[in-house]
Amino acid sequence: MWNYTEKVMDHFLNPRNVGEIANADGIGEVGSIVCGDAMKLYIKLDAKKERIAEAKFQTFGCASAIASASALTEMVKGKTVAEAEKLTNQDIAHFLGELPEEKMHCSVMGMEAMQAALANCRGLPAPAVCDHSHNPHAAPDPQLDRVVCHCFQVTERKIREVVEMNNLQTVEQVTHYTKAGGGCGGCREEIDEIIKAVHGEAKKKQAAADQPQSPKMTNLQRITLIQKTFDTEIRGALQADGGDVELLDIDGDTVTVKLVGRCSGCASAHHTLKNWIEAKLREKVGPSINVVEGK
Amino acid sequence: MSTDTVIYVDNNSTTRVAPEVVEAMLPYLNTWYGNPSSPHAFGEVSRKAVEKARGQVAALLGALPEEIIFTGCGTESDNAAILSALENDVKRRKIVTTAVEHPAILSLCKVLQQRGYHIDYVPVDTKGRLNLEHFRQIVSEETAIVSVMWANNESGNLYPVQEIAEIAHAKGALFHTDAVQAVGKIPVNLKDGRIDFLSMSGHKLHAPKGVGVLYRRKGVKFNQFVIGGHQEHGLRAGTENVPGIVGLGRAAELAEQFLYEEQTKVRALRDHLEARLLALCPDPLVNGDPEHRLPNTANISFKYIEGESILMLINQFGICASSGSACTSGSLEPSHVLRAMSVPQIAIHGSIRFSLCRYNTRQEIDTIIEKLPPVIKRLREISPYGR
Amino acid sequence: MHIYLDHNATTRPDPAVVAEMLPCLGEIFGNPSSAHTFGQEARRVADLARQRVAAFLGAHTDEIVFTSGGSEACNQLLHGLARPGRHIVVSGIEHPAVLAPCAALEACGVRITRVAADASGVVHPEAVAAALTPETGLVSVMLVNNDTGVIQPVAEIAKLAHARGVPVHTDAVQAAGKIPVDVRALGVDFLTLSAHKFNGPKGVGALYIRGGRELPPLIRGGGQENRRRAGTENLPGIAGFGKACELAAVRLNGEKTEERKNGRINTGNGGSVDAGNAGTETGELRNYLETKIVELFPDAVVNGAAAERVSNTSLISFPGVNAQALALNLDLAGVAISTGSACSSSSRDPSHVLLAMGRTPQQALEAVRFSVGPGNTAAEIEHALQLLAAAVPRLRKVG
Repeated sequence: MWNYTEKVMDHFLNPRNVGEIANADGIGEVGSIVCGDAMKLYIKLDAKKERIAEAKFQTFGCASAIASASALTEMVKGKTVAEAEKLTNQDIAHFLGELPEEKMHCSVMGMEAMQAALANCRGLPAPAVCDHSHNPHAAPDPQLDRVVCHCFQVTERKIREVVEMNNLQTVEQVTHYTKAGGGCGGCREEIDEIIKAVHGEAKKKQAAADQPQSPKMTNLQRITLIQKTFDTEIRGALQADGGDVELLDIDGDTVTVKLVGRCSGCASAHHTLKNWIEAKLREKVGPSINVVEGK
Repeated sequence: MSTDTVIYVDNNSTTRVAPEVVEAMLPYLNTWYGNPSSPHAFGEVSRKAVEKARGQVAALLGALPEEIIFTGCGTESDNAAILSALENDVKRRKIVTTAVEHPAILSLCKVLQQRGYHIDYVPVDTKGRLNLEHFRQIVSEETAIVSVMWANNESGNLYPVQEIAEIAHAKGALFHTDAVQAVGKIPVNLKDGRIDFLSMSGHKLHAPKGVGVLYRRKGVKFNQFVIGGHQEHGLRAGTENVPGIVGLGRAAELAEQFLYEEQTKVRALRDHLEARLLALCPDPLVNGDPEHRLPNTANISFKYIEGESILMLINQFGICASSGSACTSGSLEPSHVLRAMSVPQIAIHGSIRFSLCRYNTRQEIDTIIEKLPPVIKRLREISPYGR
Repeated sequence: MHIYLDHNATTRPDPAVVAEMLPCLGEIFGNPSSAHTFGQEARRVADLARQRVAAFLGAHTDEIVFTSGGSEACNQLLHGLARPGRHIVVSGIEHPAVLAPCAALEACGVRITRVAADASGVVHPEAVAAALTPETGLVSVMLVNNDTGVIQPVAEIAKLAHARGVPVHTDAVQAAGKIPVDVRALGVDFLTLSAHKFNGPKGVGALYIRGGRELPPLIRGGGQENRRRAGTENLPGIAGFGKACELAAVRLNGEKTEERKNGRINTGNGGSVDAGNAGTETGELRNYLETKIVELFPDAVVNGAAAERVSNTSLISFPGVNAQALALNLDLAGVAISTGSACSSSSRDPSHVLLAMGRTPQQALEAVRFSVGPGNTAAEIEHALQLLAAAVPRLRKVG
């Protein structure tokens, strides 16, 4: 199965700090039966309420989940609350000598359990079961807090944070770290957009120092060029195959299309053709063009 | 890890190759390596060996040798049968299958759905049983093919395929069964039956991997799926995997010999294992239909704990089984079969499948009985649920 | 006496290949997709084999998909790239595993252009380029023809096709083990291989898919081979395949650097392999055979002699002699040869390869193929020549 390190196996076979704390200062519960893993973390602070004196856990989950929780309790004992709050999933994974990528979501769950326990300590409302937006200090935001992956109830906020924290590049990696996209797969394109957005925003800061871009076009020039490329290069090729594409909208660098004809019925055509259309537009118009499918 | 220290109870996943089978194969790897299609005496040796194996497989299935097509694997047979049925009757655009089929069928159906075919997935009840009435209602003159597995790989449920085949034929539809799990474990007799296509896989009955069978009832039209040369009497192109086929033939012969033992000795071991585990473990749940299931399979859920953890802990003692949990499925979703059976969520992730074979001993089973209950109890202690 | 001169039909698995397979027929019987240690061990074996196949081709492991053989691999490629209204360009000398699926696709609205070979059996890059249209979605030209042994100019064809944005496939089933096959040097997008043609086992092959290229699976199901080919992996076959690639790579390399001693090439780690198949020894025997045949029968035609060929193959036409009758004669005397692609030799059709080279149907019925391999000796060639010396005139009288 999973190629577990010796340390993971050790924390799985001999988990530390299993159990409950009777008068815990904070309890953090994340995950659920439905998800297939769940972690309950109990913490007790010292007399000055500054450091974590005791930590215990209970886990319903695989070897990685149990090992992550055990590792977590060992890591936080003796730490200040502020230090514990900064704990990331990478820290847990490193402590265990690395986890297989497909199991990184277990380390993320550990991090969230810690945050939930600390929130609980402060008297803030504990996150609802399966609500993975975990940062108690963040202001609620309807866009960020909406659920992107319904199979596993993962919000955009969580995806963004995990992508940034772990420098994730692909949808597959996001699935390994959050499970999002691992169910029906319907949200995978959206996850891809979020990854691009997160990295795009980072890139914009770098772009200023980079080589000059291709000569800037006015909006009108760009829209005209996109339309021209569609008519002269894109539609003809698709029509030869019995398919076609409708240009629905152009908004900045985002071009919305709709595949019709023979193309519309075939799922693999969607992916290939979208990439092909996108590649063509990037070649002819500009490298930052994104193609999305509309209804 | 040598086989001595291992207790292998994951035979529905794959089986060890029988020593007699390896012995039968070796001459065709070392000495008689001719191409069966070659027009010389050396090739003829291989050709004869393939035909002998064909006869052996046909005997096991109660079929005619000319109804046996050798393929690369059971999954290929599944794909070939269904696609051929659709190609040969383009007016019929519907397929009826079940919610508990192997991914070989379900993945194909998903793609066909995207291409505009209509697929009906007949549900199962909480014991994993199919209701014939559903088929009577759903199968129609628009149905091209009905595909129902003979035995389910996870729960071990046995399905009334001969009756369902009759329902299919009454509406002019073809009938295919994925019998990959059934062949070699229970008697399969296709003579005088109504089954048009049957898929079989070598590595489930102590033959090597890389060889499968598609049974095609005499008279039923079949389009070449792998197209090219004229091998397999024009039905499946590609130089035949002679050693694999010879191995499969020998394995089929052995399976027929040991069928009685499978029904009795193996069944008894399975029953003993299940009974003791139910008695010794907290909150166990048997998944499937104990009245109608494979003699070698026991699928048991242990509530409030998770399957990969169980497997890894028993693997420490050399015990190899499998689970329906999400973590072991390769995707992030738990077993679709257990979900289709509405197994409660708290049990679905903690399901373990034991699938025995004729090589398992009473001692091995007793070791499992000794080692598993403490593992379950330990994981229950760690779990936040079930308190 | 039994003499095997039909190595292009199939070859004997190398003892080292069988040795590699045996553990997979024994203790390593796990399903590579399984969770437990058995599965892990199986996975390791499959990974090693994949590395060996990839190294053999100069490819990346991600680019290798294991199949049940060359035919399945070709089918996956053609079905995967076919669309109604699309155009595919193939050579007329391809193996039935390419031509037959193309014919089937024609019935589904795919246009196929079959490019002829010249009289020497070479498919010219210009001829392929001339056949390209804006709708062309694939060019497929084999690297070595199984009947003539002629090596095709695939790298040049690939350049021309790519200049027009068309992906290229080459069926390297006959090339592998005879000449170096490097996917980067060839520049191809897809390539098909079959293990049993170069001392690997039957029942296993591979499809090379250049990184970034998308191709749907032919067999759908449990997601094996990275969702590109479903079905439990043929582990013994794959293990044997990997070993065959490793051995062939060493042989071809040794042949190149002429590190030969007593007919064996040092592998560098204390071992050695048979120097036979890929090169000089087999080549010498084939050349001797051809020279002698032409001496004995001055009107015999060595098909493809004017072109660059692999060193083991000899497709010879004896005018006025029915090839099947000649092959049968030799067979009865214990010498195994063939009359062209094994797959179609059971029928009485003339060789489509020779037809595509411009021969008449009559001429195409007169060619027999000798394909030499490791283990063949000069004495065996002499014996075959003696038989031919007797049989050919006798059959001419009859014919």
